[in-house]
Parts: sequence; structure tokens; C-alpha cells
Amino acid sequence: MTGGARLVASGIDVRFARRGEPQTEALGGFDLAVERGEIVAIIGPNGCGKSTFLRVASGLLAPAAGSVTLDDAPVTAPDPAIGLVFQEPRLLPWRSVAGNVTYPLELAGWSNERRAARLGELLDLVGLADARDLRPSQLSGGMRQRAAIARALALQPRVLLLDEPFSALDALTRDRLNLEVLALWERAHPTIVIVTHSIPEAILLADRVVVMTPRPGRVAAIVPIDLPRPRSLDALDRAVVSDAAAEIRGLLGGGALAA
Amino acid sequence: MKRSAVLSVVASFAVFVLVWKAIVVIGGYPPFILPPPESVASRFVRGWADGVIAPHAWSTLVEIALGLLVGTVVGLVAGYGLARSALVERIVSPYIVAAQATPILALAPLLALWFGPGLTSKVVICALIVFFPIAVSTMVGIRSVDAGLLEMARSFRATRRQVLTTLEVPAALPSILGGLRVGVTLAVVGAIVGEWAGADRGLGVLVNLARGSLFDIPLMFATLVTIALLGIALYLVVVVLERRLVGVR
Repeated sequence: MTGGARLVASGIDVRFARRGEPQTEALGGFDLAVERGEIVAIIGPNGCGKSTFLRVASGLLAPAAGSVTLDDAPVTAPDPAIGLVFQEPRLLPWRSVAGNVTYPLELAGWSNERRAARLGELLDLVGLADARDLRPSQLSGGMRQRAAIARALALQPRVLLLDEPFSALDALTRDRLNLEVLALWERAHPTIVIVTHSIPEAILLADRVVVMTPRPGRVAAIVPIDLPRPRSLDALDRAVVSDAAAEIRGLLGGGALAA
Repeated sequence: MKRSAVLSVVASFAVFVLVWKAIVVIGGYPPFILPPPESVASRFVRGWADGVIAPHAWSTLVEIALGLLVGTVVGLVAGYGLARSALVERIVSPYIVAAQATPILALAPLLALWFGPGLTSKVVICALIVFFPIAVSTMVGIRSVDAGLLEMARSFRATRRQVLTTLEVPAALPSILGGLRVGVTLAVVGAIVGEWAGADRGLGVLVNLARGSLFDIPLMFATLVTIALLGIALYLVVVVLERRLVGVR
């Protein structure tokens, strides 16, 4: 990764129409500016449109109104400068780890030699060098999600979007992978937006925690996390953390979300 | 194959032959109703040695191969269209189902009339019967491709063609090969039915000749054995293909 990019979403509206049902508004006037190299966590009630925002930000979904820009250039289609990690690993079951991790390179038309070289770097980055020839079915949940992260990093994106990437994992694996995300960030300072349900996860990773309203989702409040970096799990024991956690919990449970 | 697997195949074949022989002996059937296995076996060997069966088997094999090829290609394209376009499905599927529901035996004389007694009518009949399982299995396979994987590919800017070759085809392959397993055995049926509707050579013709003008019932059985072996061989080709392409997942 080669430094971050500034990701700005302004006035995003997304509506879903299903036949025979009233139109639902997933996002209504969602504004967010994520600075270069910043880590932002988005937290909110179920169905508030967190994942929808990541789909819009990655260019997979066109909003009904509003726009997303990456360093002032509009994002209207999937962009190699943006890497997206889904909630599920979404690996191709018939390919090895190597084949999955280099899948974006193959689609982008890289030669075999360049792919092989990049593969080595990526597997080292996520600690999967020994698993390169294994199939997804032979991997643990944590290893699968590492492979998915390596795949998202393959094209050296400047923005990494993570959609509840560790929600299906056990708590210990989750902690370890969060620390690895922080280590990845320390190397090249990409911009990271992570959607999560976990307040401790949000605090551990983020410079700012964005709390969303229920549907139609928009930003209810932004809580800055004043913890020094590099961070470790011990950081979660500090007083600022419990203050921030209490504030986020309050925002999620009460006033701002009552509307 | 493992040794125990080979053994069980040999053993079940031995039981089959013994039961056959027992029925002949106990029932006291004359050879023109049910010839004993040894006379069928010797007629089979002689039929191949003196070149009576081989040319017929060859023309049937050519019909099957061409019919399978045409039916599979058309079935793949149609199955993909059915899976990805609601319009195609609405317009085309009634005709496909109607064509399939009409017995091929009833259609064969008409097709023989239209396409003549030569190779073409057999290939058409074969293709028609193969088409359905391939089209349906392709449709099911393509439809079952995980939407999450499609979105993932899109997020990495896969083109329509890349989605097809790197995602849809590999994902649908087990299902398509399942359809091909059914297709090859039906292709044999199609070729024989086509030959019965009018032809001058082929295993179906030989069955008729052996029963009729030649009145060589052991030859008729030897021909039936040839047809069965042809079907088994083709089926095994698909199984091997499947192992190669799909392997362990």
C-alpha cells in the first residue's frame, strides 16, 4: 500500500425497491469525510445501512443521490485504489489460497511472474506463506479472512473498506486479526473504514468512531478516540477507553437514535 | 481403482453371468429366446473378429459423438440464457419442456423423414435428447453461483467474460458434468432410436437384422452387449473428465 487517500461521502441517499413492498430508505443524507491515512470505525444498529455505505463507497452500488470522491475524483464504479473485504471471506472454493489471493491480479491482466512475486509479499503480510496451496475448505475461519484481506490488498489500494470482517470469528482470533490490521496500517498508513458491531473493536482500531442512526442511516455523532499509536490490547484498559465506550453506548442506546 | 473395488466389480459380473446361465438351464429356454452366456460371448468375439459388428459400432459411435457435441453446445448456451435472462426463460422454456415431454420415439420417424436416412437425422435426434439434461443442469448450475462471489468479482472489476470464465463456469461445472453423465447415456438411446427410424447401418440396424433376416439371436445379444459397453465406456469418460476438471473441492 502506498499511503492513504481522502474519502468523502456527501449527501448519500440509497433506496431499495422490492416488488410488492414499500420502498425502504437505507441511507438518507449520509455525510462523512475520512482523511488520508485515517482509521474510521462505523457502528450502528442492525439494518442502519452500514454495509450499504461501504457498497456505495466501493463503487458497487450507485446512490440515488449524493456522491463519493476519492482524492476529489468521483467514485462511480469499483476502483483498484479501493480494497473491499466482505463479512464472509468469499473465496473461490475451487482455488488454492494462492489462486484466490492473486485473483484480482489475474483479472487485472498481470503476468504470471509479476503475480508470483506479489503473491509472496501478500502471503508474508498476512502470515499465510505455509498455506499457499491449501483450499479454502482446509483453512480455519481466521485464515480464510486473512486470505480475503490479502486479496483485497493485492492491487495496493489506498483505501481499505472492511465490512464486519471478523464478526464470524471467535474473540481471541478476532483480537489477533485486529492487531494485524493495525500492523498493516503501520506499514503504509492506508485509509481504513471498518464497519463493526463491537465497541471495543471500534475503539481499538479507530481514530474516530462514527455512530449511525437507525434506517434511514446517517451520521448521528462522531466520537474521537484519543489513544496513542501504536496501540495494543492493553490500551483497552485505559480510562479514555471506558469514557469513549460509555459515550458510544449512550449514543447507540438513547437520545441520538430515538428519532 | 483400488483392488477391493476391482474385485467387487468382477464378483458382481460373475454373479450376473451365473444367474443368466441358471435361468437358461432351469427355465429350459431355447437359444432363440435366451441364448446362454457362453454362446453370446463366443458370438461377440467372432462378431468383432470377422468384422460384422465393428462397422456398425463405428457409425453408431460417430452419430453419438456428433449428436453429443451439438446437443451439449446448444444445451450450454440455452442453459446459460435460461439462467441469466427471465425473458429467455419465459419465451423459450415452454418449447423446451414440450420438446422433452414428446417421446423421442414419436418424433424420430418425422425427423428421419425431414433429414433423410443418413447421418444428419441421427445427429439431430441424438442432439435433441442430449440437449435437455445439459440445458437444465447448466441453468441450475449457473443459477446456483453464489451472489456474494459475483459481487466480489465485480468489486475487482471483472469483465462479463472474466466472470463467465473464472467464476460461473467453474462454479457450475459439477452440475453441468452431472447433466453430461445423463446426456451420454441418453445419446446412446438417441442414436439407436434414430437408427430404428430408418438407417442402413449402425448397432440399432444390426439388432434388427440379427432378429429378422439373419435370425442370429446370439448376434443380437452380442450387439446389445456392444451397445451396453459403449454406454458404459462413454459414461466412464465423463467420470474421468469430472475427476480431472472438478477433482477434490
